[in-house]
Amino acid sequence: MNSSSGSAAGPSSGSGDGSAPRRNSKRPKYSKFTQQELPACKPILTPKWVISVFTLVGVIFVPIGIAALMASNNVVEIVDRYDTECIPANMTGDKVAYIQNDDIIKTCTRNLTVPKDMDQPIYVYYQLDNFYQNHRRYVKSRNDAQLKDADQANKTSGCDPEKTTKDGSPIVPCGLIAWSLFNDTYNFTLGNKNLSVNKNGISWKSDRDHKFGKDVFPKNFQNGILRGGASLDSNKPLNKQEDLIVWMRTAALPTFRKLYGKIHQDLKANDIIMVTLENNYNTYSFNGKKKLVLSTSSWLGGKNDFLGIAYLTIGGLCFFLATAFTVVYLVKPRKLGDPSYLSWNRNPSGH
Amino acid sequence: MMKRFVYINDDSSQDLYCDNRISNRKYTLWNFLPKNLWEQFRRFMNQYFLLIACLQLWSLITPVNPASTWGPLIIIFAVSATKEAWDDYNRYLSDKQANEKEVWVVKDGIRKHIQAQDIHVGNIVWLRENDEVPCDLVLIGTSEPQGICYVETSALDGETDLKTRVVPLACIGLASEQLHIIKGVIECPNPDKDITRFDGNMRLFPPFIDNDLCPLTISNTLLQSCYLRNTEWACGVAKWLSIWLTIFSGNETKLGMSRGVPEPKLTAVDAMIDKLTGAIFLFQVVVVIVLGFAGNIWKDTEARKQWYVKYPEDGPWYELLVIPLRFELLCSIMIPISIKVSLDLVKGIYAKFIDWDEEMYDHDTRTPSHAANTAISEDLGQVEYILTDKTGTLTENKMIFRRCCINGVFYGNESGDALKDVQLLNAVANNVADVIRFVTIMTVCNTVIPIRSKSGTISYKAQSQDEDALVNAAARLHMVLISKNGSSLEINLNGSLIQYEILDILEFTSDRKRMSVVVKDCQDGKILLLSKGADEAILPCAYAGQQIRPFVDAVEQYAQLGLRTLCLGWRELKDDEYNEWSHAFKQARSTLVDREWKLAEVCQILEHDLEIIGVTAIEDRLQDGVPETIETLRQAGINFWMLTGDKQNTAIQIALLCNFISSEPKGQLLFINGKTEDEVLRSLERVLLTMRITSSEPKDLAFVVDGWALEIILKQYRAVFTELAILSRTAICCRVTPSQKAQLVELLKSCDYRTLAIGDGGNDVRMIQQADIGVGISGREGLQAARAADYSIGKFRFLKRLILVHGRYSYNRTAFLSQYSFYKSLLICFIQIFFSFFSGVSGTSLFNSISLMAYNVFYTSIPVLTVVLDKDLSEKTVMQNPQILLYCQAGRLLNPSTFAGWFGRSLYHALVVFLITVHAYADEKSEMEELSMVALSGCIWLQAFVVTIEMNSFTILQHLAIWGNFAAFYFINSLVSTIPSAGMYTIMFRLCRQPSYWITVVLIVAVGMGPVLALKYFRYTYRSSAINILQQAERSRGPIFSMGGLESQLKSLEKDVASLSTSQSKFRNSVYEPLLSASDPPPTSTRRSIGPATFDFLQPAQSRLSSSYSRNCKDN
Repeated sequence: MNSSSGSAAGPSSGSGDGSAPRRNSKRPKYSKFTQQELPACKPILTPKWVISVFTLVGVIFVPIGIAALMASNNVVEIVDRYDTECIPANMTGDKVAYIQNDDIIKTCTRNLTVPKDMDQPIYVYYQLDNFYQNHRRYVKSRNDAQLKDADQANKTSGCDPEKTTKDGSPIVPCGLIAWSLFNDTYNFTLGNKNLSVNKNGISWKSDRDHKFGKDVFPKNFQNGILRGGASLDSNKPLNKQEDLIVWMRTAALPTFRKLYGKIHQDLKANDIIMVTLENNYNTYSFNGKKKLVLSTSSWLGGKNDFLGIAYLTIGGLCFFLATAFTVVYLVKPRKLGDPSYLSWNRNPSGH
Repeated sequence: MMKRFVYINDDSSQDLYCDNRISNRKYTLWNFLPKNLWEQFRRFMNQYFLLIACLQLWSLITPVNPASTWGPLIIIFAVSATKEAWDDYNRYLSDKQANEKEVWVVKDGIRKHIQAQDIHVGNIVWLRENDEVPCDLVLIGTSEPQGICYVETSALDGETDLKTRVVPLACIGLASEQLHIIKGVIECPNPDKDITRFDGNMRLFPPFIDNDLCPLTISNTLLQSCYLRNTEWACGVAKWLSIWLTIFSGNETKLGMSRGVPEPKLTAVDAMIDKLTGAIFLFQVVVVIVLGFAGNIWKDTEARKQWYVKYPEDGPWYELLVIPLRFELLCSIMIPISIKVSLDLVKGIYAKFIDWDEEMYDHDTRTPSHAANTAISEDLGQVEYILTDKTGTLTENKMIFRRCCINGVFYGNESGDALKDVQLLNAVANNVADVIRFVTIMTVCNTVIPIRSKSGTISYKAQSQDEDALVNAAARLHMVLISKNGSSLEINLNGSLIQYEILDILEFTSDRKRMSVVVKDCQDGKILLLSKGADEAILPCAYAGQQIRPFVDAVEQYAQLGLRTLCLGWRELKDDEYNEWSHAFKQARSTLVDREWKLAEVCQILEHDLEIIGVTAIEDRLQDGVPETIETLRQAGINFWMLTGDKQNTAIQIALLCNFISSEPKGQLLFINGKTEDEVLRSLERVLLTMRITSSEPKDLAFVVDGWALEIILKQYRAVFTELAILSRTAICCRVTPSQKAQLVELLKSCDYRTLAIGDGGNDVRMIQQADIGVGISGREGLQAARAADYSIGKFRFLKRLILVHGRYSYNRTAFLSQYSFYKSLLICFIQIFFSFFSGVSGTSLFNSISLMAYNVFYTSIPVLTVVLDKDLSEKTVMQNPQILLYCQAGRLLNPSTFAGWFGRSLYHALVVFLITVHAYADEKSEMEELSMVALSGCIWLQAFVVTIEMNSFTILQHLAIWGNFAAFYFINSLVSTIPSAGMYTIMFRLCRQPSYWITVVLIVAVGMGPVLALKYFRYTYRSSAINILQQAERSRGPIFSMGGLESQLKSLEKDVASLSTSQSKFRNSVYEPLLSASDPPPTSTRRSIGPATFDFLQPAQSRLSSSYSRNCKDN
C-alpha cells in the first residue's frame, strides 16, 4: 500500500514540464475572456455604501420635491364643472333627451372668479371624465394615411364603423375618433370686454406638418343619420382644423384635458370671467363629466402635486432608512465576511 | 434471420445493393424548409408562439401589429434554421470529399481508379499502406505471406494500438494475379451496427474450389474509416456498404449508430423552467378568463352607453370570444419568446468555456476538455451522486508489473519490484523450470503484436494494458517476444531462440474472464494449453489435488496492496484430445447464430485440469490528485459510489487510498454477500439495520456489494436496496458488469438524485449514457467512453473544476437569466393588464408594436446575456469552500419560491411604473404615445438597475452591455421619432425636453429599486447566506483563507457540512435562501477534531430516512 500511494504523486509532476515547450494546436488559447478572468469590479453592499446611497438619494430628492411642489403651487387653475349646471331645471330628469334634442338651444352662461393673479399665457382646456378615448374599438378607429394624403381618401381600413356613407363613398376623416369630435364652444368676457381665445397653434406642430395633409379636405363628414360630435368646415384643409388635430391625439386615460385655446392676457385676482358656452357634447348617456379649465403653467406643466409629494416622501423615507440602517449598524455591528458565520464553521456543540 | 449473399467480382449482381455514396445530410435543397420547420414546430413553445402569431393576423382581436410577434418568431426560426443549414452544408462537404476519393478497384480483371462512391458490393478493392478503408471489406489477400495485415481502428473506437486482420483460410496463399479473377459468394447477415461482431461464411467458386465453408469473423474484415498500417497492400471484397451512414455525420458514423441514439438529456434546471413556464401559462389562462369575463361585463353595462364607441346592437356569434382572445394576445408576452434562444446561447458559451479552460487541459495526453453536450452544464452544479469506475478513472491505467508468486515463492516483496528481485533474476538465469514456464506464459499467452522498428528495437502493441505490462516485464527478465508472424512465434530467451506455433487462441471475454492459447512447442512438438485469467476464473480449473491455498493467499495478499492479480496455469494436451477439440472449435467458429456463446462453451471443454503455477501482481497507480478531488467533492456534499469490475479487496484498497472510505476506527465497511437469495437478503437486511443504528454514531459507513449479490438484489430486493442506497453516502460495488453499472445509475435516478457517471472504458459506456451527466476520461482504454459522454476530460482531478467552477457558475447564471427573462416579460405584461382597467377592459395595448418587439428582443435580452461573465465568488474561494455547492445542489437559486420573489418583484415594479406614470402624466399630459413611452422608459431604467443589482461582478463587457443598452434605447427611439409615418414621431424629442419626464423616470427608479436595495442589504448583512459571507470575506479583506488559523478552523469543522448538506438538500422544495446560515447545527453531534476523512453521519441518515419514505412511494 505504501509503495503505491507513495508513487502516486510521482510521475505526473514531471510530465507537465515535458510537454510545455511544444504547444499543441488543440490547446486552448489563453485569453482573459476564454479563461473567464476578465478584470472585474465586484462591489458588495457594505453598510457604508448603502447608507450613503440612501442619504444621497434623500439629499437629492427633497430639494427637487420642494421645487416641484412650489412649481405646482404657483400654477393658478380654475376648474368649473358645467355639465350638470347647464341643464335647464325642467330637463334634469332626462338629460340625455335634452342633449340629443337638436331643437333646443343649449347656450349656457357661467361666471368664474379668478382666485389669484394669472399671468399669460392662460391655457383653456376642456376636461372630460369617464370618457374612454383609449377604448380598443375607439383608439384604432382612424386611418393615418387618409388624413395625410389627399390621394388616399379611399383608404378607410380600420375606420369601422364610421368608414363610408350609406352609398359607399369614403368619409374623410373617417373613424370613430373624428366622428365623435368634441363640440362644446366657449366664449369668454371679462367685464364688458371680450377675452379673445387664440385657437392657433394649440395642436402639435409635427401633427400639422406631417400627420394632417394641407390638401386634405373633409368629405362626407357627419352626414350619417347618427350625428356624433362637431362638424368640420369642408373648405378648411385638415391641417388647419386644429380642434380635430388635438382631439385625434387620443388620451391614454379616461380622465383627460384637451387644449381649447390660449388667452394672451393677464388676469387679476377676483376678476370675474363670464363664460358663454354651448353645451352640445353628450356626456350624459355615460355619466361623464365636462369641466372647463383655465390654467397657467410652470416648468413642470400644469397643477400637479403628485411629483412634488412623491419626491418629498421618497426623500424622507430614504433619510429614515439611512438613519435606521446606521442605528442598527451601530447597535448591532456585524463583521462582514466573518467565516464563523458560515454554518459549517459554527460550533456544533453550542446546542 | 435475414441474410444476404455477396457475389465476389460479379458485376451482374452488384445492383442488388446500394452503392457506396455516403450521405450524412439531413436535408436536401428542396426539403430543407418544410423539414426544418417541421422539426422546429415539434417544440411546444414554438407551436404556442405560432398560434399566437396566427391569432394576431385577425385584426379584430389583435392589440398590436402582428409584426411584434412575427418579427421575433421569424428571427428565432431563421437563427435555428441557419445553424442547421450550416451544419448540413458542412456535412455535405465532408461527404463529397469522402465520396470523390480515388480508390483502386478491380473491374474485369484489371485494376482501375474509381471514385469511392462508385464502389459496389462485391467489388474487389486494393488498399495501400496508410490508406483509409473506403467501405467495409472482407480481407482476401495481403502482401504479407502469412496473410495478415494491421489496421488502426482509432477512428472507430479510439484504440490506437494496431489490430491484426487475417485473410480467411480459403484465400491464404493466393497470388495477387489470382485475386483479380477470384469468384465466390459470401453469406452474411444483413448490415447491423455492431462493430465488434461479424459472423459470416465464404465459399469460393471454381477454380478455387474449397470444400469447406470458410468462416468469417470480425478479424477478417476491414471496417470503413480504419487505416491500413505496416502492410504494403491488402485487397478486400466490398462486403456491405455504408448504408448505416445515412443518419449521422463524419467519422463518428458507426460509433453513433453502434451506441444508438441517446435520448436528449433534460437538466433539472430545464425541467424547472418548463414547470415554471407551465405555471405562468396557467396564470395567463386565469388572467385571460378573468379579464375576458370582466371585459364582456363592462362592455354590456358600460360600453353600450358610450355612444362614441358605437357598439353594434347584436354582434357576430363569436362576439363573446373577442375580448378574451384579445387578452390572450395581450398576455402572450408573459411567456418570453426570447428565453429559449437566450438559454441556448448562454449554454453554448458555458460549453465553450469548458473547452477553452486551460486548467482542464491535460498536458500528458495533450487533450483539452470538451463538452460534447452543450445543453446540460447547469446539471454539473447539481450533482448529488458520482458513480465512478476504478481502473483508468481513479487510476492511471498504466500497468506496471510489481510482484509475483511462483509456486508459493513470493518475489518482489522486499523491494516492491519483482524485476529487481535478485532471486527471480537468478531463477530465470538458472533455468528453474517453474519460473521459466511462468515467464513463458507471460510472454506467449496474449494477443500482443511485437513491432520491430528500423533500428531493431522491439515495441509492443497491445489491446490490454495488463498484457503489455506482462510482456514488457518478461522482456526485462530476458525472455523477449521477438516476432509473431501469423501462427509462428519467436522468443529470445537469454540469447537462445525458441519457436512456438500458435494453434488456437481462446479469446478473452468479460464473461469468461480468462484467455488461453494452444501452442505447439517447435522443439519437442508438444501441444500446450497456456491460460491466464482472474483468480476465480482460473483457480477452479486447477487439476484435482493441487493445493490452491497458497495461490488464494497470494491473491489475497496482493489485493490487500491494491494490486491487480492474474493467475497463470498450463497443461499439456494429448494430440488426440486436441484434434477432437479443434474440430469442435472450428465448427463453433463458423456458426452464424450465438457464435460467442458457443465458442465459450467449447473453450470450457479444454480449460480444465490446469496446473496453476503462479500469480502476477500488477500495479495500477492512482491518478494525480484523486484523493484531494474526492475529498473536496465529498465536502461539497456529493456522494461517491465506486463501481468496478475488479476484485473486492483491490477495490477496497483503492477506495482507502483515495479517501473514499476511512480505515477501521473511523469508518466501517458493511459487506453484502451471499450466494443464494436467502443469504443475500439476510445480509442485506443486516447491513440496513446496522446502517440505521450506526447512523447515530459519527462513523464513516460504506457498504460493499459484489456483482453476484447485486444481481440477486436488483432482481428481488430492489426496494430494500433503494432504502440502503438512500442511507449510504458511499458504496463500493465490485465485479459488476456494464449493465449492472447502468442499473445502479438508474436506481439512483429513480430516487430523484442527480447522478454523474464517470468512466474511461467501453464497459462504462452504458452507465455514462444512463446517467444524468456522463463524463468520459479520454484515457488509455480508447475514446469509447469519451465519445459517448457528455463531457470528456483528460484527468479525474479535472472533475473538481468541472463541477465546482463550471457547473456552479452555469447553474447560477442560468438561474438568474431564466428568472430574469420571466421577470421582464411579466413586468411589461402586468402594465398592460393594469392599463386595461383604465381602458374599459377592452384589451387596448398601452405600448405600440415596435416598442413591444424591441423590448423583448433587444432592450431586455442583450444586457442580461452578459450574465455569462458573472461570478458571484472567485474560483479560488469556491475551491476552498466546496460546501457552497450545496446552494446549487439543492436548487436554492431557482425554485418556485425564488421565482415567486421575481414574480412579486415584477408585480411591484409594474405597479410602480404604472401608477407613477399615470399620476405624473395625468390630465393635459395624458397623451397615449407619450404616456406609453414614459412607462417604457421606466421599465428600461428599472431593468438596467435590476440587472446591475443582481450581478455580482462587473467586467467591462457588462458595463458596456448595461449602459450601452441604455444609450441604445434612447438612440433607437430618437431614430424612430424622426420617421413622420411612425406613430411615435417626435415623441422622444418632446419627452427629452420635458423636465417632468426625467423627474418621473428617476422617481420610478427610486421607488422601484429602493426597497429592493434595502431588502437586499438587510438580508446580505443580517440574514446573510453562506455565499454572501464568502463574498464579503473575499472582497473586503482579500483572500481570507491565506491566514493560517482560519484554514485550520475551517478544516476542523468542515465535517459537519457533509451532514448538513445532505440533510438540507432534501428541503429543496421548501427552500428559502437564508436557510443554510439560519439552520441549526445537528442537535446531537459532538465537536470532533479528527482528520478530514471522517464525516458525520447522523444528520443525513435521519433526514434521508424521513425523505426515503416519500421517495419510496415513487417506486412502489
